[in-house]
Amino acid sequence: MHVILTRDRMSELENILETELLENGADHVFIVDASGNLIIERGNLPMGDILSLAALSAANFGATEQIARLIGEEDFSLLFHKGARQNIHFSRIGRNFILVTLFGNDVSLGLIRLRSSKAIEKLLNILG
Amino acid sequence: MKGKMPVAFIDLKRNEIQSKIVYYGPGRGGKTTNLLYIYKSMSKQICGKMVTIDTRGDRTLFFDFLPLSLGKVMHLTVRIQLYTVPGQVMYNATRKLVLRGVDGVVFVADSLKVQKQKNVESLKNLIENLRDENLDIRQIPLVLQYNKRDLAESNIPLLGIEEMDHDMNRVLKVPSFAASALKGKGVYETLREVTKRTVRSVTQKLKGGQL
Repeated sequence: MHVILTRDRMSELENILETELLENGADHVFIVDASGNLIIERGNLPMGDILSLAALSAANFGATEQIARLIGEEDFSLLFHKGARQNIHFSRIGRNFILVTLFGNDVSLGLIRLRSSKAIEKLLNILG
Repeated sequence: MKGKMPVAFIDLKRNEIQSKIVYYGPGRGGKTTNLLYIYKSMSKQICGKMVTIDTRGDRTLFFDFLPLSLGKVMHLTVRIQLYTVPGQVMYNATRKLVLRGVDGVVFVADSLKVQKQKNVESLKNLIENLRDENLDIRQIPLVLQYNKRDLAESNIPLLGIEEMDHDMNRVLKVPSFAASALKGKGVYETLREVTKRTVRSVTQKLKGGQL
């Protein structure tokens, strides 16, 4: 199965990421598929190595899926890593895509979780 | 899109195709060495940063990753992402993870005589893991590489090319390349062929309206 996104669909994705996450304090947002392809990226951080970040994000999600199975879960629907200045939040969009959000300490995790789930509802209409 | 993994990703806003090529094969066969050679020798305008997750003993733990940007086909910019898998038998779950959404495969076989059986077992493992992804090895773009040919000069017993062909390629009948990844011999020939086949497979589907 291949994925093709038209110009219009990409613009819709961009709008969702802008209004739900970037306007609510996220620094950078991207969507990656389960094979590690970067689908879309928006935000203000200088991302020199976004392709590696996308590949590692998909791998990270895949690895924790295996951890989930070992403890009797099918998968974990979200992951969160806390850094000294930047934090990163991953959540699943359906079966095949992952929403990745980078945000600083001035934004609460609760807000990011809330806006991510709102964004995912909308994104599923396009990617689902 | 539910239920199946997406493979090539095509972005019509940026006119870009992304494809995933996986270097597969038995442990210590030279998969990482292939990528390292490409990374070190290719222009940085074409190839991005190489990411490696390995153990202290230099064996790949999860995967290596190297993104390449390879110009245009049918007005679309082609981006290829090269991955390796960990070759050791015990890391099969990781290999399956890396194979998700694969578009093309390089099977790096080890020419050492003592590795004859390991090559065959790893190829069988590839066939099984592809099947789990609903992929048929006869249909996916595939290239074989017989690596470490340079060791013949050091009088180390190697498998003959014909013997390797008989072991691994008598049914598949795909292109095979003798190589020495450490010295760079055969590395680009392998990459060129698998890339050509992978891009052709995606663009044929595009032209045929299957996408």
